[in-house]
Formats: sequence, structure tokens, C-alpha cells
Amino acid sequence: MSGVILPRLASPGLRWARRYGLAASGGAIILAWLILAGCAPWTAPFDPNFVDVTDRLRPPSAVHWLGTDALGRDVWSRIIWGGRVSLVVGFSVVLLGAAFGTLLGAVAAYARGWAEEVLMRITDLVFCFPPIILAMAIAAALGIGTLNTMIAMLVVWWPKFARLARSLVISQRALEYVEAAQTVGFGPAHILLRQIMPNALGPLIVLITLDLGNAILVFAGLSFLGLGVTPPSAEWGAMVAEGRELVQQWWVATFPGLAILSVVMGFNFVGDGVRDWLDPHARTR
Amino acid sequence: MPEPAEHPLLAVRDLRTWFLADSGPIRAVDGVSFTLHAGETLGIVGESGSGKSVLAKSIMRLLDEPARIVGGDIMFRGRHLNQLGDAEIRQIRGREIAMVFQDPMTSLNPVLRIARQLVEAMTAHGRFTVAAARKRSIDLLRRMGVAAPDRAVRAYPHHFSGGMRQRVMLAMGFSNEPALLIADEPTTALDVTIQAQILDLLRDLNASLGTAVILISHDLGVIANVCSRVLVMYAGEVVEEGAPEDLLSDPRHPYTWALLHAAPRIDAPLDASERRLATIEGQPPDPRAWPAGCRFRARCPFAEARCAEPPPLSATGPTRAARCWITQDGSSLPPPPRRTAAPAAAAPSAPSAADSPVPMLRLAGVTKHFALARESLFAPPRMLRAVDGVDLDVFKGETVGLVGESGCGKSTLARLIARLHAPTSGTIAFDGQDITTASIAEMRPLRRRMQMIFQDPFASLNPRMTVGDILAGPIALHGLAGDPALRVAELLDLVGLAPAHAARYPHEFSGGQRQRISIARALAVGPELILADEPVSALDVNIQAQIINLMVDLQERLGLTYLFIAHDLAVVRHVCDRIVVLYLGRVMEIARAGDLFARPLHPYTAALIAAAPVPDPRIERSRRRVPMLGEPPSAIAPPSGCRFRTRCPIAAPLCAAEVPLLRPGADGQFVACHFPGAL
Repeated sequence: MSGVILPRLASPGLRWARRYGLAASGGAIILAWLILAGCAPWTAPFDPNFVDVTDRLRPPSAVHWLGTDALGRDVWSRIIWGGRVSLVVGFSVVLLGAAFGTLLGAVAAYARGWAEEVLMRITDLVFCFPPIILAMAIAAALGIGTLNTMIAMLVVWWPKFARLARSLVISQRALEYVEAAQTVGFGPAHILLRQIMPNALGPLIVLITLDLGNAILVFAGLSFLGLGVTPPSAEWGAMVAEGRELVQQWWVATFPGLAILSVVMGFNFVGDGVRDWLDPHARTR
Repeated sequence: MPEPAEHPLLAVRDLRTWFLADSGPIRAVDGVSFTLHAGETLGIVGESGSGKSVLAKSIMRLLDEPARIVGGDIMFRGRHLNQLGDAEIRQIRGREIAMVFQDPMTSLNPVLRIARQLVEAMTAHGRFTVAAARKRSIDLLRRMGVAAPDRAVRAYPHHFSGGMRQRVMLAMGFSNEPALLIADEPTTALDVTIQAQILDLLRDLNASLGTAVILISHDLGVIANVCSRVLVMYAGEVVEEGAPEDLLSDPRHPYTWALLHAAPRIDAPLDASERRLATIEGQPPDPRAWPAGCRFRARCPFAEARCAEPPPLSATGPTRAARCWITQDGSSLPPPPRRTAAPAAAAPSAPSAADSPVPMLRLAGVTKHFALARESLFAPPRMLRAVDGVDLDVFKGETVGLVGESGCGKSTLARLIARLHAPTSGTIAFDGQDITTASIAEMRPLRRRMQMIFQDPFASLNPRMTVGDILAGPIALHGLAGDPALRVAELLDLVGLAPAHAARYPHEFSGGQRQRISIARALAVGPELILADEPVSALDVNIQAQIINLMVDLQERLGLTYLFIAHDLAVVRHVCDRIVVLYLGRVMEIARAGDLFARPLHPYTAALIAAAPVPDPRIERSRRRVPMLGEPPSAIAPPSGCRFRTRCPIAAPLCAAEVPLLRPGADGQFVACHFPGAL
């Protein structure tokens, strides 16, 4: 083996860190929020809705880590309780929207013909409206409340999944294993759900993870505009709204804002990581 | 003729190109040396994974990370190509060394006109002005045999067929008058008739322009057709080198020997009672860890104790060399032993129509027209006439071959029979039962009796299902008796795989093994008729022989009937009892395999046979050439009268006026031609 010069390769640990380091840190952020918000009764130091006007607008201190708001409520406790709402809404909207949209798009792609035309034109119709404005209109019509806002978001949320699922199923449908299943005698429902869908899930999972942050952001936006939660309950968007005129007491608006930022960033990092992991081209052999 | 004393044009010495992957180096090219003189034609053969394409890319320095030249030297006209900078190598690429790739569909830029792509190739090196290059591009296309080149240069690549695009690629390759052209499988994606045209062109360009050519192919016939010297590669090394006349008649390396005998030949004597081919065992070795000693040892039928030492590439004659201990003393390898078939119980002699009155499959006037999108709002709707009036009977126990160029409707016909498509008109009867309009539910009980094998071993198995699930699914669906796990093990054993393979996923298998799984899936429900759509086209020649042998075995053991679709005439001739020649959706000729090749009655059949390459340059030179003009016309607007008349060397006015009917000729041969046997 004379005359062969092999360059040094980076250590496996370093290569892993380079590829998935960001995703891992994103995952850690999400996990932390899930634990904090999921165990809010134990992790929050104060009752989020306990009003103490004598203790209002205190800066961060050893007692109130992130200060108190205009009604003297503990900001850190409210952020933890608010995280519950944000995460629940984010996951529900995205998962329900993805389930509905995927089913619709997949059926359209597999059926072809007029069924596809009808289903996809409905999708296009929803796509035509600017999502936030439409969600606002629906939320305003249904009335203020977390559930109503979620319904409003769901209405505008599913079309992108329908589009993606349709294109994924169309490309899978062209492969010979689908014809093989037809030749064996499997029915359309079995072929679509049991054979094609498992092969189409990868990109859908990537879109779901990347979309979770987006959904939380939109929900916070709607709450900021006063369409989300009903007033006393804590919610990040609503908290930013409450603090927006308190320039001197910066902590009231800043910390909920940072909470939104960290969650959205966390989901994006995880989504990027999942995409790289699922994409064989991003991975070298 | 190159002078050996001259400086060679290209000298590759001990070249090693490795892929530096995370899991360890993949030694794709591992110590290759050869020289090429000006004007010489060198062929490189080997199966996929032998390193031949990586070798070509190394010379062009077209390697992507993590591939790297880790050792050796490439000397071209006095320069070390492996040491040049990126700017210097760009000066050589395209100007002094040009390359033509396998896939003509992706190697041209789809959004640029042909003229622009040709002109850019010429002006990039500053040898031509734009005006001169434009004029020259028309000349070049004419030289490459493109009809109406002044119109062609204004077209986009999608206006062209694969063969035409490969002509454009050749025009681009020759535009700067390179000293060396590297063609990597340039005809693999093309039909045999177009392949013959491109190989003729390549040979002619080499002779008239003096450009040296390196032709890479997996097909010994293609190499024998063009090249004056051949390198055989195996496991990253050259295992044999010499003139094609020597190598192909008296191979001195067992791998060359195996390549030569594994491929059925169109000029070999036919023996319907023995259809098995000589194969070598096993799979190509893993490039991460080549075996110690001779790398071919594990698969070699001649291996001895001394093969544990790596053999050198040593001369076995004045102009040839082989990397083998056995033939080092200048001896030849014996021909493969005649495989005596298992005491042939009821020799499956070609059954004739008289034996069984009801055909297993009967097609009458079957057509399939696909509606295409209108070209504009007011344009008439367009119909692609994929299958246009096919009559065909298939009898129990026989193997019927379906041949024709791509687009002739052979795959559509198989899918009509399997009722994956519904026919536009005509009737299809399976075992006397009309299935032309059968619904999914009505078809389900019949599916047990009729199964299909697909072409692409990578797409035809669901990647998210284990092999066990893939095989158990059909058994459960049809409620077949017995323990499914036991039946899966039995099926795997039947196709030569281990029962333990049931737990694995398709990506853990090679192409040949996947095709075995695909066959096992078809057999799972115990069918009588198997529609095999190009089952061996995507496989290397040795694996192809293994699969053909398996299919022949299974036919004998299970009494299967095959409808065997292929474009390789030698394969079809070897395995089929009767052959159906299709052209643009219509049957041109039906005959027993021996008769069809001995006396083709239809000029299209004659042209197809003449175009198939034979891996022996001496025979190749003496073979009759049947001129076939141009490319197949579109199935959207097929020619009037006889569909073949636009390319037929003996077409007469009658052929345009009247559609020739499929008429019986002598001895059960059917032909649709106004002048049968006139060619």
C-alpha cells in the first residue's frame, strides 16, 4: 500500500456534534419547557393569578425571579402556566391539522380524477386567504376563548399538509411496489394507508416539527391581539400585550417574549435536525 | 495504428481512488495501471461496483467528496492530471478530454436551447468566436447524423429522444476536437437499434478524426463492436487486458470467462431442453474490505490453494495480461461444463396450440389509448395509442417472449393483462373467463393465479416492510392455509435465500437478491401465470444469468407459464418458446424462438436481430447489417398503413396505403407485412 496518503478524519463524536449539535440543544429546550409547563403546579413558585397590588411592578429579585406585573402577579409563574396553553395549542393545532390535511391530500392523490380536482380546489380556496387574517375573522366570529382560537387556526392550518401529502403520495404511487400490491389483490385503503403512507411520513414529520414553533407563534400573535385566552389566565402573547406600554418595567413584556423565542427556535432546530437525519443526501455514507 | 514506441497519450499508473467515508475507506479504484495511445480505442468492462466509472471520473477529476485520489499518477500529454489545480484541469476538460455520460435525459440542460449549449462548450475555451461556433454546431450535428440540424439547434433537449440527445452529447464532446473522449455507458439507456447507430457513429468518428476513445460498458458485445483493446475490471483492479479477439474467444481470467459465458448469445446454438446459463456463485465483494489474496477467489470455479496469495497482472501472451495464478503459464481456461439438467421429467418441449385447446390467456383486438392533455384550449384531444389491436394466445406451460423497443407498448400490455389498466377496447380472457371489465373485487380471486414480476428491483419492494411481511401479506390476503411463517421460509428457500432473511428490510439486499424476493412474492399465492416485465434488465450479466436459471428451475418445478417481456433479444431467444415482436402498439411477427431468429419474416425483426451486438469481433465484422432508418415515430400520430414503413428499407407505396394484417406464414409463424421475408 505504498504511496497512499490518507487525510485525517475528524473524530466520530465531533462529527456527530457538528451534524446534530443544534438539534440536540433545540430538543433540550423543548424538553425543558415540556417539564416546566407540564408540572406547572409544582414548578411554578406562585399562583399565577394571585393578585397583590401592594407588590406590583417589582423588578426581578430573589423572591420574584422575573419580577411582577401591573397586578403584582409573579411573571415567572405566569410564564410557566402560559407555556401550558401555548404548547397544548401548538401541538393540537399542528397534529390535528396534519392528520386532516394529510388524509385529504393522500386520498386526493390516490383517487386522481374528479375527486382529486374537488379536494385540491377546496384546499386552494382556503389557501387564498391570508391565514392570520382569516383566523382572526373566524376567532372574532366564534368569540374569544382558547378553544375557539384553536378552531380558527385549524381551519387555516391543514392545506399545507394536504399539498405536501398529495405530492408525496403521487411520487410514491409511481413506484412499482404499488403496482405489485395491486397485482397481489390488495384494496385501495390498504395500499394507501399501510403501504404508501409509511414511505411518505418522513417529510411530513419534518414539516410537523418545523410547524410547531410556527403554530405557537401564530397563537401568541392572536392572543396579543386579544383573541386568545380569556383575560385572567396566563398566556405568553397576552402577557407581552399587557406589558407593551410599560417601558420602564421592561421585564413584564421581555420575559414572555423570550419564552416565545426560545420555544420557536427550539422547534426549528429540532425540525432541521430531523430533516437532515431523514435526508440521505445530507448524510455522508 | 498506435506506435508502441511513441509516448502514450494517457498513462495511468497504480491509481487509487477511495471514498473516504465515515465508516472507513471504500477502495473503489485500487491500483489500476494502463496506457492509451493516440487514436486508440480502449474498452473497460466490469459489473456495477467494479470501479470503472470512478476510474473515468478520476481521469476527468470529476470526483465529489468524499472520493479522493489517494495514490498513483495520471499522466496525460506530459502533465500529471492528479496534481493540476482546479483552473488548470478546467482547461483540459472539454478541450482535450471530453466525456459523454450514460443518461442522455439528464446530461443536457433542459432550459437551454441545443445551440446555446453547443456554442458555450466551444467558446468556453476561447477557441471559437460565437459566430463561428454557431456555424460549427450545425456542421457537428449534421456530422453526428441529426436530421435537419439547422432546425435542431434551435430546439430544446425535451424535443429530442434519448438517441438524439446522445448524438448532441457526442457533438458537444467532439466540438473542441479533443485528443481523448471518455464515453461512460453511452448506449446503456438506449434501445438496441439506436445503440447500433451510436456505436457505428463512435467507430466512424474515431477512424476519421483520430480521437482516442475510452468506452466503458458492462456489455462485452458493445466493447467488441468498437474497441481494439479491452480492460476487464473486478473489485477495483484490472484483472485482464488484451485485444477483444483474444479475450472474448480465449479468456485467461476466470472473471472474464464468467462474464462471457453468463450472457446468452444471439449466435449460439439453441437448445430448448437446457436453458440454464453458466453462472458464478455469490455477489461481488464488499469494497470496504476486499478479500485477501486473489479478490475473485471466493467466486472462482478454478480456485486453488495458491490463490490465497494476490496474483500479479502478468503477461499471458505477447499483447495480453491476466491477474490469475491458474493461467500464468499461458494455459487456457476450459469451456463451461454442459449442465445436464435434472433427469428431465417430461422435457418441457415447446407446447403447441394443438396440445391444449383453451389458451390460458387470450387477447383479441386489445387496445389501450391514453388521453393526453390538449396542446391548447381549442386543439383536438390527443390520444397516445400505447397498445393498438393486439391478438395473442398464451398456452399453459409455455414461455412467450414480448420484445420491442421502448414505447412499443410491451409494458402496457402486461399491465392490461394484470388489469392494472383497463383496456380501451378488445377482450382479455384468462383461462376462458372474460376479465376485460372485471372489477377489483372480481379480479381478486384470479390474482391468486396470475402474478407479476417487475423490472426495478429497487422500486418494486416496499422499503418500509420486512421481507417476511412482504411475503406474508399476499398469503394472509388470500387466506391461504398453513402457517404463514413456515410458508415464508419455504418461499425464501425456493428462490435461494435463507429463512433468516425474512426479518430484514429490502435495502439490506443487492439488486439480484431483491429480484429473488420479488419472484418469491409473486409465487406466494401459488400462481399459474407469471407476467415478467423486464425481470433481468436492471441486473449485471452474472446476476441476470442466476435469475434466468432460477426462473427456468421454477418453471420446471411448479409448471409455470411465463409472459416474458424484455428488450434484450439474446435473453428472449434463450428463454422463450415463442416470441412476439411488437412495434408501436401492434404485433409485427409471432414465431417460435428458433424460427424467428433463423428466418425472420418481418423487416423489423431482421433489423432488431442485426442490431444486437455479439461479443466476438470476428463474427461482428462478418454479420449482415440491416439498415434501419432513424428513430421510432410517435405513438400519438402513428404512420398510416404499416407502422414500420417510415423506417423500413423495403417500404413500397402499398405499405402506406394499407395496414398489413397478421397472417399465418409457414410452420406456425405469423407476420404482419406486405412483403414477408423479402429482406
